[in-house]
Amino acid sequence: MSVRTDSVNEGAEPESSRLSREDVAHVASLALLELTDAELDEFTGQLDAVLEHAKDIDALDVGDVEPTYHPYPVTNVFRDDVVEQLDVHDAALAMAPEAEDGQFRVPPALGEEP
Amino acid sequence: MTDIEQPVSSTMLSAWEVDSKVERETSHLPAEWEMVIGLEVHAELATETKMFSPARNHFGSEPNTNVHPVCLGLPGTLPVVNGKAVELSIRLGLALNCHVQRCVFARKNYFYPDMPKDYQISQYDRPLNINGWLELASGHTIGIERAHMEEDTGKSTHVGESGRIHDAGYSLVDYNRAGVPLIEIVSHPDIRGPEEAKEYVAELQRILIAVGASDGKFEEGSLRVDANVSVRPAGSDELRTRCEVKNVNSLRSLGRAIQYETQRHVDLYLAGDRPVQETRHWDEEGGRTRAGRSKEQAEDYRYFPDPDLVPVDPSPEWIEEIRQSLPVLPRERRQRLVDAGGTAQAAALAVERDLDQLAFDAMSQGADPERTLKHVANNLAVDGAQTLDPSNFAELVKLETGGGLTATQAKQVLAEMVETGNAPGDIAAQRGFEAMESSELEGLLDGIIAASPDEWSRFCEGEAKLQGFFTGQIMKATKGQADGKEIAKLLAQKSAG
Repeated sequence: MSVRTDSVNEGAEPESSRLSREDVAHVASLALLELTDAELDEFTGQLDAVLEHAKDIDALDVGDVEPTYHPYPVTNVFRDDVVEQLDVHDAALAMAPEAEDGQFRVPPALGEEP
Repeated sequence: MTDIEQPVSSTMLSAWEVDSKVERETSHLPAEWEMVIGLEVHAELATETKMFSPARNHFGSEPNTNVHPVCLGLPGTLPVVNGKAVELSIRLGLALNCHVQRCVFARKNYFYPDMPKDYQISQYDRPLNINGWLELASGHTIGIERAHMEEDTGKSTHVGESGRIHDAGYSLVDYNRAGVPLIEIVSHPDIRGPEEAKEYVAELQRILIAVGASDGKFEEGSLRVDANVSVRPAGSDELRTRCEVKNVNSLRSLGRAIQYETQRHVDLYLAGDRPVQETRHWDEEGGRTRAGRSKEQAEDYRYFPDPDLVPVDPSPEWIEEIRQSLPVLPRERRQRLVDAGGTAQAAALAVERDLDQLAFDAMSQGADPERTLKHVANNLAVDGAQTLDPSNFAELVKLETGGGLTATQAKQVLAEMVETGNAPGDIAAQRGFEAMESSELEGLLDGIIAASPDEWSRFCEGEAKLQGFFTGQIMKATKGQADGKEIAKLLAQKSAG
């Protein structure tokens, strides 16, 4: 359903491996995870097994089936537009590792702003 | 302490950029090139509370006072959709002629301290509004690809020596804005120049305000624009590599950024090079765009449907109810005045001032369109103008066009009408404004001619600038109460013999 999975499905990867080591390294870098070579091998195998398990669905023609966006057949759960002012300012800042001038103090940046 | 700058790597500046410090905003592309522009406009919705939490949606509060466990991303909290935000989004979608459909919220994953959850809730493959269009005053129609709902991010302020993000130092984060409901309106690449881009955003702003979806304030960040820009040989229909220009915070910046970026593309092509698909940041002071990171990496947000939120499926009845409640849109309001005899420019100004209904009603009661709209433009940019009685306004215009009042007198009477609500005839009588009979004027002129025979004969021989002399003399004698048009007519008649 996500872009990533679609591109994997369309890929020219042979039957035996749907997910490459590079795919896992790429996703790990997006998630800001540092994996060792041994971990990359291990997780590639595990994640590949998950995809292999889901592959059964390929045997069916699901072209006419509406994708399931949510398991419950429920829609339109709305809240009224009414303010609930909680005085959580001090409590929230007290939980932060660092705070200054009523704001959360953080390292310069972890990456770039999208 | 400065507001955070979009991150920029100085090592990514090409030789072209370093060399190009020339101001380009007044230049235009060579005729054989054409601009291809699509805009993404973010507008904050005019709700009381945030998109998924009951915290207050308000600009300018003390930092981190409009927060709630949901918008702080605390574990165990669940988002609940603000129904009003959905309604306002549908209002805008309908005003933009969109198809309103069953839609789904998706998570857009990225790491940045302005989003405490490490993802932003947005819409991806199933947005609320699709396939609309917006018609500009020029008659050109700009396609709307989608208008989807999402939440705003928090605001980070960098504290460091030069205020640049890659310096040592730290950032302070305020989550008051995190979770404020946004609608993102994505146009097709149908826009062909900086002026048209500005016109599109200005019209979109008017629509947002007219339907009550947003206050549309650039200066408070309620309205923000990203421009997808490319160029191509004029007349072709290809789509070449585009760059997304961010950090454009006013209509003026938008025009300048587009002019700069398209010229950069043309220069690259002419030099046998080509632009790279990337995000670039507009530098208002430097008057240029700078490279951000590559698009390839930027787009990898790993969207997936948010399991915490069920789909939104507006019923046809609800959509119809909202459609019925929409106001007359700015375009139709302008058109109505044009159809009644006004010029496009005067009609636009009347709508801008919210005086178009008054003008239309006065015109419907026989007031001359040109005079009516002239008063709206010149004499009614005042408090209380909306409370004018249309019949009184029409009466005033009729008095003026009928010769009962001069333009100067009409202006004075109108000002008093706004103040007191009295009828124009009463005010004119009270002030002793009465139309000067042309015979009276003629008598006056005869006296002036007798006093300045030399000037008069020169005027009759064609020395046109002396018209001002005689007009001035008559105005002086009548203390400004004579009608300029009548004087001109009389001078023409008399000098012709």
